[in-house]
Amino acid sequence: MISDDSDSQASNSTPKPSPEPGLESAPPAADGEAPPDYLLEANGITKTFGDFTANDDVSLRLRKGEIHALLGENGAGKSTLVKIIYGSLQPDAGSLHWRGKQVRVPSPAVARDLGIGMVFQHFSLFDALTVVENIALVMTGRFDPESLSGRIEQVSAQYGLSLDPFARVADLSVGERQRIEIVRCLLQSPSLLIMDEPTSVLTPQEADRLFITLRQLAAGGCAVLYISHRLEEVKALCHRATVLRHGQVVAQVDARRETAASLARLMVGSDVHRITGGTGSPLEETMIAVRDLDLPANGPFGISLHRISLAVRAGEVVAIAGVAGNGQSELFEALSGERLVKHNEAIALAGTDCGIDGISARRRLGAAFVPEERLGHSAAPTFTLAENMLLTRHGCDSEMVARGGFVDQRYAQRISERVMQRFDVRSGGHLNPPAGALSGGNLQKFVIGRELDRQPKAIVINQPTWGVDAGAAALIRQALIDMARAGAAVLAISQDLDEIFAIADKVAVISRGELSALLPIGDVDRERIGLLMAGEHETRPFDAPGTIDKTNDVNDMKKGSERDAAHP
Amino acid sequence: MRLILEKRPERSRWMPFLSPLLAIGLTLVVGGILFAARGLDPLHALYVYFVEPVTTWWSIEELIVKTAPLVLIGVGLAICFKANIWNIGAEGQLTAGAIAGAAIPILLPGWESPMVLPLMILCGIAGGIAWAAIPAFFRHRFGASEILTSLMLVYVALYLLDWLVRGPWRDPHGYNFPHSVSFESWQLLPTLGDGRVHAGALIALLVVFTLFIMMSKTLKGFEIRISGEAPKASGFGGFSRPRTLWFCFILAGGLAGLAGICEVAGPIGQLQPSISPGYGFTAIIVAFLGRLNPVGVLLAGIALGISYLGGEAAQIELTGVSDKTARVFQGMLLFFILACDTLILYRLRWIGTGLATTTPKRGQA
Amino acid sequence: MSLVEAALVTIVAASTPLLLAAIGELVVERSGVLNLGVEGMMVMGAVAGFAAAYTVGSATLGIVAAVVTGIAMSLLFAFLTQILAANQVATGLALTLFGLGLSGLVGEPFTGLPGVKLERIEIPLLSDLPIVGSAFFAQDVLVYASFILTIATAFVLSRTKTGLVIRAVGINHHSAHALGYKVIAVRCACIAFGGACAGLAGAHLSLAYTTQWIESMTAGRGWIALALVVFATWVPGRVLVGAYLFGAVWIMGLYAQGLGAGIPPQLLSSLPYLATIVALVLISGDRILAKANTPACLGQAFVPDR
Repeated sequence: MISDDSDSQASNSTPKPSPEPGLESAPPAADGEAPPDYLLEANGITKTFGDFTANDDVSLRLRKGEIHALLGENGAGKSTLVKIIYGSLQPDAGSLHWRGKQVRVPSPAVARDLGIGMVFQHFSLFDALTVVENIALVMTGRFDPESLSGRIEQVSAQYGLSLDPFARVADLSVGERQRIEIVRCLLQSPSLLIMDEPTSVLTPQEADRLFITLRQLAAGGCAVLYISHRLEEVKALCHRATVLRHGQVVAQVDARRETAASLARLMVGSDVHRITGGTGSPLEETMIAVRDLDLPANGPFGISLHRISLAVRAGEVVAIAGVAGNGQSELFEALSGERLVKHNEAIALAGTDCGIDGISARRRLGAAFVPEERLGHSAAPTFTLAENMLLTRHGCDSEMVARGGFVDQRYAQRISERVMQRFDVRSGGHLNPPAGALSGGNLQKFVIGRELDRQPKAIVINQPTWGVDAGAAALIRQALIDMARAGAAVLAISQDLDEIFAIADKVAVISRGELSALLPIGDVDRERIGLLMAGEHETRPFDAPGTIDKTNDVNDMKKGSERDAAHP
Repeated sequence: MRLILEKRPERSRWMPFLSPLLAIGLTLVVGGILFAARGLDPLHALYVYFVEPVTTWWSIEELIVKTAPLVLIGVGLAICFKANIWNIGAEGQLTAGAIAGAAIPILLPGWESPMVLPLMILCGIAGGIAWAAIPAFFRHRFGASEILTSLMLVYVALYLLDWLVRGPWRDPHGYNFPHSVSFESWQLLPTLGDGRVHAGALIALLVVFTLFIMMSKTLKGFEIRISGEAPKASGFGGFSRPRTLWFCFILAGGLAGLAGICEVAGPIGQLQPSISPGYGFTAIIVAFLGRLNPVGVLLAGIALGISYLGGEAAQIELTGVSDKTARVFQGMLLFFILACDTLILYRLRWIGTGLATTTPKRGQA
Repeated sequence: MSLVEAALVTIVAASTPLLLAAIGELVVERSGVLNLGVEGMMVMGAVAGFAAAYTVGSATLGIVAAVVTGIAMSLLFAFLTQILAANQVATGLALTLFGLGLSGLVGEPFTGLPGVKLERIEIPLLSDLPIVGSAFFAQDVLVYASFILTIATAFVLSRTKTGLVIRAVGINHHSAHALGYKVIAVRCACIAFGGACAGLAGAHLSLAYTTQWIESMTAGRGWIALALVVFATWVPGRVLVGAYLFGAVWIMGLYAQGLGAGIPPQLLSSLPYLATIVALVLISGDRILAKANTPACLGQAFVPDR
């Protein structure tokens, strides 16, 4: 057993109990005067939310022109720290120094005045407003769309970030939205740019393009604080890295001299769990079949699905890759039956056509589903775990509900405890806590365990480990692989390419509501997937997302013939 | 120093029970201050208002008469609100129920049969359901806000009633007064005690018990609760939102209609332009004060019933106090209950302007 | 004065309170808050305006009292929904029930008394125009105020930074907060503006439309104003058109009663309410139109992390 600190063979480790990291060339900030070569210095930042300490005596130093990574798992306290620097949150203790002087940042407006800009992970954009209106919201002075749009065009040309100032945000792609955020920061010629997980919404090619912009900025003297948990890109892009774990700084290292594995160990605190599985040998039976599925967009901001076909056989794990917001939720809802489709034969689960059947009927066929959003979709936060057990099993487990509609609460409780035990769901000693009281990883283990406990023949899962800590993620991935090896069909929709390469036998890519062909995982690399994410396989013209009705007749004819082929 | 709202780590265990009591307490305090401002002895005034109504058997019977419709409507609304369905037109559904139920004795005055009363009650329920079905249909089919449509239908129902009792249904021997014929004994609900408490009170108790069981023990209750709290999770669980919408509107409308026919076939005994002192609106307060729980609604109905009686008593006994104070008290009570309910999920904390000096506990991720 | 002119004058009078209240609520809803207490604020404005004007003998003071009362009522709502994060629908209902109750109590001694009438101000030259002159240019100050407020609201919302911030807060309060805008302060200000407008609407009822106090004299106008905002898809210009349509329906009912065409007066009195339902159904049925301007955060409580 290695201790947290001794395994960080990095240049500087953090001896406990003294939380002040012994940092390279950093003199102790004794009297509030820092050497002037630091652009930003955060000392002893502490922030608690109720009983939870998000930042515990965190210190961070940034130089001009430096790309500095802030590394850590979900919940390690990265977002809290940058929100404090950006003035969105106020620290309970600690101080900030900017260009050597102690400063207080009571609001983001003050941060922007100092020269700090931030690109948020979940963008701080307004869908119903135009690009220029979105940008005007962070500018001081009068609202003058004409002159502002001129400046936007100028800056976007300078950095090669093309933008139409009068487009509505709702009509733009995720990559374009990120461009708005970046241009919005650049317009204020910042000295420090904070980027919160910027590549999680980009294709690998878009990410490369972003790195060029960031290097260009750094070369011009702007510091970049780059938050990520993607180790390869940190190695490729960043000069130095500060690693957070459980709200504390555990190391500050030279990112270029580390390996991905050493960074991972620093981040997680122990060796990363390995997943074992080997390649599967799928059985003949197709458990999840999608045939020429069309689904109109749901509302003005939705994505329409176009001619999606897919087959997952028993015993294999199929992954669907893609950048967020390209139709993944729509596909999930069509598969789960939360949205019904026009043609019954467009979807078949466990060999039975069920496109017009609701989710309970599909569960009775032996299918199970886990949506992306844990709180509010796969589980109701204020309801207990036993009640959440009832949520997905009342229709397919005859023992849950007795005659007359009376719920067998003891039975639900028993199953719930069984799942908690088998999937290592930790709830701080409570036997039946409300779902909202569990941490993200534990709740995800519970909602996946709830479905796997039924021993489904097919499972569709959207973002299996999104926002989950490494331990839980490893357990979940292993459980999915084991499930497939035991003869079930697993369809995992995921944005995380590492995850896809770890668990999938085959992969397809979804972009703007169209799905590529299914490829064996051994035949593809990141670049190939990146091209597909960018829409290489798409058939629809770029500016007509909703035009699917014209081809309906053709589809119907084709569908008929394919159905005959599928059921000879 | 300033006061901030801080989310509790988990729901408070005690506030759900304490908050209604706290709200009643605050209402009494503010009420006492208002009485004192009018130059009355606040304690005496509050005694007259809130205690005297339950000191004599006569007034307790009167209280039961006032409470029964409040509870009947209140439980229906509580279930609607629990499902996040905002039926605020119960007054209209009550009126529609009264009209539909009264149609039998008015149109067939000579039909004497044990069938008459049950049929009147069924018609009353059907009338309430029909009136409630209109906003449900518009919501389901067109997505029109049920808040506004159900409320607009209150005015329409009241005008309809007004037209009927002044026009076609007016008692021909009633000296031109705007009311229908008085109902005969077989058209009236049986009474208990010395004659004012009618069977409606027993029906209300039965309804409370049934709905309490439904909400706490059955899948239907679970469906309603989760549909309001987490609509997306409810859809994921296989529950249909339109089905919940219809169920809640039909249930609440039927109960309001039942309350309506029980009023005209009970204490009133005929159809007249005004058959309810705003029971349909006061029941909204009853539902919230009862924490949207059927048993809570029963207790809250009694509390609001007292406020009606107290208003009447105060007008007689206290100089310069009108029975209109009752509605002020009721409105104030709803404000306080909503404010106190905040404390279930949040707690109030004073924070200083400087930085905290205490060492925070280590968090566990 | 011709019949058309006379009808137009009454239509303007009937439409003004609807327009005033709806413009106020439009701003409130654009900031993401649903205040169902318009009826309660309006009726309190009416009684306060009447009482102050009657006591002091000045209609101007009545207007001031109505505005102050409307704001006070709205701040009660703001405290509960913004500071205590209470449910907006329930709190709005409470405001209406409380307002109707309290106005009945406060107004009791004023029932049946002759009030002070708000004077008409004739605009030179324009008031002599045929047909529209007397209806639009020889009216009381609140009629002019309703037009000015509508134009000003349209301008501020679409052309100024203030309006941009209000819209942004209503579209996405988390983003607005992240950018450093004080979501709760913006919303409280909008709620207070809505309260002031509802107070003005009430003052117009008790000082101009009729000059007396009648209990619950708002007769559902606050609710119709709420429906108007939905009907107008949150666009000020359309609120103006909608308010005059509803004002016309209201007056048509009265005229038809006067003609005594054998139609039950109760049916004619129901017309505005029935028309409201029809309008809501028509506009809500058109999903694209109804969704286009709906503030995405409408009715949702916002509690910032601290």
